[in-house]
Amino acid sequence: MSAPSAVPDVPLAPRLLPAGSYAGRARMLLLRSATASRRTWLAFVSGFFEPIFYLLAMGQGLGSLVGELPGPGGASLSYAAFIAPGLLAASAMNGAVFDSTYNVFFKLRYARLYDAMLATPLGPIDIALGEIGWALLRGGLYATGFLSVMAAFGLIASPWALLALPAALVVAFAFGAIGMAATSFMRSWQDFDLVTLAVLPMFLFATTFYPLSVYPRWLQLVVECLPLYHAVELMRALTTGAVHLGLLSHLGYFAVMIAVGVVLASRRLDALLLK
Amino acid sequence: MSDALVQARDLRKRFGAFEAVRGIDVDVARGEVFGFLGPNGAGKSSTMRMIACVSPRSGGSLQVLGMDPGSDGPRIRARIGVVPQLDNLDTELSVRENLEIYGRYFGLSRRRVRAKAAELLEFAQLTERAEDPVEPLSGGMKRRLTIARSLVNDPELLLLDEPTTGLDPQARHLLWDRLYRLKREGVTQIVTTHYMDEAEQLCDRLVVMDDGLIVAEGSPVELIERYSTREVLELRFLPEHRPAAGELAGLVERVEELPDRFLLYTADGERAQAEVARSGLRPLSALVRRSSLEDVFLRLTGRSLVD
Repeated sequence: MSAPSAVPDVPLAPRLLPAGSYAGRARMLLLRSATASRRTWLAFVSGFFEPIFYLLAMGQGLGSLVGELPGPGGASLSYAAFIAPGLLAASAMNGAVFDSTYNVFFKLRYARLYDAMLATPLGPIDIALGEIGWALLRGGLYATGFLSVMAAFGLIASPWALLALPAALVVAFAFGAIGMAATSFMRSWQDFDLVTLAVLPMFLFATTFYPLSVYPRWLQLVVECLPLYHAVELMRALTTGAVHLGLLSHLGYFAVMIAVGVVLASRRLDALLLK
Repeated sequence: MSDALVQARDLRKRFGAFEAVRGIDVDVARGEVFGFLGPNGAGKSSTMRMIACVSPRSGGSLQVLGMDPGSDGPRIRARIGVVPQLDNLDTELSVRENLEIYGRYFGLSRRRVRAKAAELLEFAQLTERAEDPVEPLSGGMKRRLTIARSLVNDPELLLLDEPTTGLDPQARHLLWDRLYRLKREGVTQIVTTHYMDEAEQLCDRLVVMDDGLIVAEGSPVELIERYSTREVLELRFLPEHRPAAGELAGLVERVEELPDRFLLYTADGERAQAEVARSGLRPLSALVRRSSLEDVFLRLTGRSLVD
């Protein structure tokens, strides 16, 4: 008979994530979410319309007063064509943030869904990737819908716009990852006011509706730190065709967000659920 | 290799300064139904979570299915079934989907989970509710579904944490019947409970836990023989007729005084009752019953199990 090994007194080399955190089955959570969403399709569909309403109200309505704006490449753009990529970025953000905050919080604290999953071979990384992946898919679907609307309104000026879809997935991934990490720190529904406090000003001020040049330099620096700014600039460059290598820096920004979000979310789930 | 499915030595669990499990030794053999009996806060659930590989141990050693939960958690979890204390069914899914999707978490194929779900719905007597949402099910049905869900991977070891808490008697008996069936099929089960009758009904062997420690171990019958008498005479008195415990002490082997009654431990309850009458005491009611694990617990800890 082999004696069971004792817990080592010396902690193992610090790892980024604990052993056994990943079973490689995150896609099963996508399957679960897809199955569940069949019953909640109305909430799902409503996300398509929000940016379209903004586009109609601001782009067509307000746009008729504003006239033309200088686009990223220097050529002038209609106001609707200017804000449409901003709305595209914002809808990717909103879809991902909603899914990874409200929905995750409910499953974490009330439905104890993740406890049930952790009784199977699934680990915290499967859960984090699966839930963030769903937020990403949802953001991607909204982005596809909105891009089609943009095309129908004649607001796409370049074939580069096709890349706006994968870009929207990256943006959704990044916001989903950070959203889930943030959710793991929330104690009650009151804390969700903080989500609104973070998301709404970004939506309004991170160059969605007007160019960065309206701000004094110091405020420009602040705005340039915001994630939505990078998403908006990326989308606007792609849909107007003003593509240059500097856009990669935006992708770098999101790569960091994704890495930090996934690691933090997995670690927090581990700490919250496996105690 | 030991043939024990679960083997713990000096197993401990600390939460900050509080030690919930303070060094216990446990061996669970293949095929048996093993019980952890004790009041709330005794350390039963903490122990179960460690065995289920969802709570790292703070000290001692633990092997489950011959592996170490600390390093082989996912491999162990693939082969066990867990019925948690609180239902955590997926309320966004139907009854059938709860089983199918859960099976997918174990990596089972679509075809396999479909067949398994049909079989388990039958087992849990929920076939007619298969397409319904989970929320409107009764407590007993939810529990049966949770148990069915825990069987989706054909586990070798089933962990049931307070399986019948909050259920009405009929639902409990139905559930016990299902657990008997599993036992006959050779599924090893570990059950925690604070119900004595449940432990007596289900368990081949059990340990009594109190305050993070094991205070006794054996089969229900052994424990009753060792720590109690064959029969118990329960006496209730009107407050003005209530004697001091000392007046009863001479009549039987042992007397326990509870707020509402006296328990007189004796081999022959009828005779003790006659002697009580002869000594001039006037109990409001007298009941002779067989000893139960409740009496064992009272003897071991000086406290009753359910407050």
